[in-house]
Amino acid sequence: MATSIMQNRMFSSDSRAKPELAPVSAETLVKWLLIFLSAAFLVVMLILPLILVGAEALSKGWEAYVAALAEPFAQKALLLTVEATVIAVLLNTVFGVASAWLLTKFDFRGKAVLGSLIDLPFAISPVVAGLFFIMLFGRMSPFYPTLQAYHAAVVFAVPGIILATVFVTFPFITRELVPVMEAQGRSEEEAAATMGAGGWTIFRYVTLPNIKWGLIYGIILCTARAMGEFGAVSVVSGHIRGKTNTLPLHIEILYNEYNFTAAFAVASILVFIAILILVLRNMVEWRTQNRRIQRQRPH
Amino acid sequence: MKMKKVFSLALGVLFAAGVMAGCGTEEKAATENGSAKEFLNVSYDPTRELYAEFNKEFTKVWKERSGKDMTFSQSNGGSGKQARSVIEGLEADVVTLALAYDVDEIAQAGLIKGEWLKKFPDNSAPYTSTIVFLVRKGNPKNIKDWDDLVRDDVAIITPNPKTSGGARWNYLAAWEFARRKYSGDEAEIKAFIKKLFKNVVVLDSGARGATTSFVQRGQGDVLIAWENEALITLKDSSDYEIVAPSISILAEPSVAVVDEVVDRKGTREVAEAYINYLYEPAGQEIAAKNFYRPRNKEVLEKYKYQFPELSLFTIDEAFGGWSKAQKEHFVDGGTFDQIYQK
Amino acid sequence: MGSASKVIPGYRFTQGVTFFYISLILLLPLAAFVLFATGMGWEKFIGKAFEYRILHGYLVSFACALAAAIINGIFGLILAWVLVRYEFPGKRIMDGLIDLPFALPTAVAGIALTTLYVETGWLGQFFYAIGLPSAFSVLGITIALIFVGIPFVTRSVQPVLKDLEPEIEEAAALLGAGKWLTFRKVIFPELTAPLLTGFALAFARGIGEYGSVVFIAGNTPFETEIAPLLIMTELEQFDYQAAAAIAIVMMAISFLILLSINGYQRYRIREQGV
Repeated sequence: MATSIMQNRMFSSDSRAKPELAPVSAETLVKWLLIFLSAAFLVVMLILPLILVGAEALSKGWEAYVAALAEPFAQKALLLTVEATVIAVLLNTVFGVASAWLLTKFDFRGKAVLGSLIDLPFAISPVVAGLFFIMLFGRMSPFYPTLQAYHAAVVFAVPGIILATVFVTFPFITRELVPVMEAQGRSEEEAAATMGAGGWTIFRYVTLPNIKWGLIYGIILCTARAMGEFGAVSVVSGHIRGKTNTLPLHIEILYNEYNFTAAFAVASILVFIAILILVLRNMVEWRTQNRRIQRQRPH
Repeated sequence: MKMKKVFSLALGVLFAAGVMAGCGTEEKAATENGSAKEFLNVSYDPTRELYAEFNKEFTKVWKERSGKDMTFSQSNGGSGKQARSVIEGLEADVVTLALAYDVDEIAQAGLIKGEWLKKFPDNSAPYTSTIVFLVRKGNPKNIKDWDDLVRDDVAIITPNPKTSGGARWNYLAAWEFARRKYSGDEAEIKAFIKKLFKNVVVLDSGARGATTSFVQRGQGDVLIAWENEALITLKDSSDYEIVAPSISILAEPSVAVVDEVVDRKGTREVAEAYINYLYEPAGQEIAAKNFYRPRNKEVLEKYKYQFPELSLFTIDEAFGGWSKAQKEHFVDGGTFDQIYQK
Repeated sequence: MGSASKVIPGYRFTQGVTFFYISLILLLPLAAFVLFATGMGWEKFIGKAFEYRILHGYLVSFACALAAAIINGIFGLILAWVLVRYEFPGKRIMDGLIDLPFALPTAVAGIALTTLYVETGWLGQFFYAIGLPSAFSVLGITIALIFVGIPFVTRSVQPVLKDLEPEIEEAAALLGAGKWLTFRKVIFPELTAPLLTGFALAFARGIGEYGSVVFIAGNTPFETEIAPLLIMTELEQFDYQAAAAIAIVMMAISFLILLSINGYQRYRIREQGV
C-alpha cells in the first residue's frame, strides 16, 4: 500500500520535474543539501520536542498511559475539544472562502485594511482575545442581566469556548486561499462569467479545483490550531472539570497537580489526532492524483 | 439569487446553533430557588486532590443530612485568575482561594457582602500551610535559614509574586525575617530582599512552573515553596529534603460563600454546610491527608509527624492584613518592583 | 461602492458574509474591550502603556518575534521547496509533521522545549558549551517562537509553488537560463506574496504568544519579560484597565505591521498588473 502511494506520487510528479537541462551533479548536490537543511531544522525544532512528549508520556509505562486516557474527565474534555473544533472549522471554512473570494476577485477601497483586520486575531495575544468575550458577555457587560434573565450562559460555558476558538482560528483559511487565488488570477472566472455561468457554478467548477490544495491546507491548519488552543479558551472556560475543560485545559490541570506523566499522555492524544488528520489528507491527495493519472492514461 | 439567500440563512442558523449548542446544557443547571442541582467550588491549583476527595465525601453527607442529591464540581487555576473568573461571571457557590486578598477583590466587586473574614472561624481559613525550603538531597549548599539565601553561591527558584498569589507569602516571609534581623531598618530590609531576588535564577509565573524548574530541570539550589507542595514533591521522589527556616509565615487560604450567586441559585444553605464541614473533624482529616495543617487540635496531633516544627507568625501580626501588605509590596511601584527598578 | 463594472458575480454576497462575520467575531468584542479600556482616561492610559518597564517588554516581544519570523521565513521557504520539488524517502512524513506545532497546546510545547534547551537538556548542552544560554534567555524566547511559527511560511508558500506553471520554468531553461537564475528571476517573484504573508503571520503570532514562552523565558524584569506576561501581571492585580492599555498598544503596532505588509502587496500586484 505504502509503496504504491510512493510510486504513484513519483510517477505523477516526474512529468513535472522532467526538463532538467542543467548539470546533474550540482543539481543533486543542491537538492540533498536543501533536504538535509530541512530535515535538520525539523529534527531540532520539532521532532525532538515531540519525542520528548512521547517519552514523558510513557515514562511510567503503558498502564499509567492508558489510565490517564481512560479517565472520564479526559474523555469529556476530548469530546468538548472535538465539538468546539468541528463547529469552529465549519464556520471558518464558509467565512474563509467567502472572504478570500472578496479579497481576490474584486477591487474596492479599504482592501488592505480588510485584509489586515482578518489577520488581526493572529496578532492578538490569546489571553486578550479571551478578555474580549469576557467584556462582551461577562458580568461586567451591559448585556449580562439580559443573558441572566434567559439563563443563557455564554462565557464560562460551552458557547464561550466555541466563540474563543472561532476567534483564534478564523484567519487561517482566508490567509491560505488569498495567495493561491491571487496567483491564479481572475481570467478564468471572468471568462466563465461572460459565458453566463452563475456564481456558485463558477466557484464549484472553475475556482474550487484550482484552490483545492490551499483550502485543504487551510482547513488542516485551522483544525490543528483549534484543537490546541489554550490561552483564549482558558480565560473564558472557568475550568469546571467535566463541563468546560477542553483537552489543553485538562493537560494544564494535570500538570498543575504534579501529574507530569498524565499531562504528557493526554498531550500525545492531540498529536495523534493531528497525525490522523494528516493521514486523511494524504489519502485524499493520493486519490485525486490517482484519478488524474487514470484520466490521462487513454491519451 | 435564491441560492444565496438560502445559503446566508443556513450560515446564520449554523452560527446560532453553534453558539447555542452549549446553552441548552447550561440551562438545566440554572433553575428556580432551592432546586439547583449543581454546586461549584472555585479553588486554586494545589487543592485539586483535596477537594476531589472532600466533594466525594460531602456528596454523601449532604444526601444524608438534607435528603437531596447534588453534584459538587470544582474548578482549579491560579488563585488570582480564579478570583477574576468569579468577578467576570463564573457561577461559584463558594470560593476557596490562596489568599484573603483575592477574596477581598471578589467582595469589592459586590459579589460577597459584609465582613466575610469573620463569617467562619479562624479568619475563614479552615486549614493552613507555611513556607519552607526544598533543597537537594543532603543539602549540599548547607541552607538552614533565610540568611543563607542571600549568600553569593546560592541559586534560588521562586515564582513571581506579581503573577502568583502563593509566591506573595514567600516574599512576605522573607521580608519579616529581614525586618526582625535588622530591627525594622527599611533600607537594610530592602537590601536583603534585593540580594535575595538577585539570586533568583528563574522567576516562574506560577508555583507549579517553579517546582518544574527546580525538580525536572535541575535549576537552582533551593526552591521556596508552600509546605504542602513541598510534601507532595517528597512523596514522589527521595532526591530532595525539606528545610524549615527559623521563622516563617502562617499561610491562611481563605474560604467564603459567594452571596450573589447563592442568593440567586438558592444554595446558601448547602454552601454554608459545605464550608462548615471543612471545619468538622472529617473535613479536617481530609485536609491533613493532603498535607495542609488542620486547625483541629486532635487531627493536628494525629498528623503532626509530617509537619516540621517552626515558629510561625500571621500576616495580621506582621503586616496588618492583606490589603495593607498588597498596597505596600505588590502594587506597581511597590517594594517588589523597586528591586528591579533601574 | 463602484462595483458596477464587476464581471465576476458574488461581490455583494461575499462582502455580506465577510462583514457580518468580522463584525460579530472580531469588531464587536474588540469594541467592547476598547470601550472598557478607555474608561480609564488618557492620562492613565499613556502613563501605563508607556512605562519604562513595559516599553522594554514590547522590545523583547517584537525583537524575538522578528528574529523567529526571519528564521522561519528562510527555513519555511526551503522546506516548501524541498517538499514540492523533490522526491526522497520520508518526504510524506516530513510534510505531515509541519502542522503539528499548532496541535500541541502551547504550554506543552513550552515545557518540552524548556526541558530540551536547559543546560542539562539534550540540545541545551551544546548551546551552553559554546557560551550561549539557550533557556531562560532571549534566545530561549526566540526558540519557542520559532516552534509556534513553523507552519505559517511553509504552508503559505507550498500551495503557490505547487500551482506554479512548469511551462515558464521550462521556457526559461530552454532559453538557457541556469537554475539559480530561473529561481531568482522567475520563481522567486511569484513566491514573494505568500512568503510575506507567512512571514507576517509568524511575526504577528510571535508577538502575542504567551503560553509556550513563559516556561522558557525566565521572566526576569528588564531582561526576559515579554509584553503578554506584563498583561498577565496587571490582570493578576485586578487592574483590567492597565492590562487593556498594554494590550491595545500591542494590537495597534501589530495591526500597523500587518497593514503595511498587506499594503505593500496590493502595491506590488498593481505594479505587476499594469
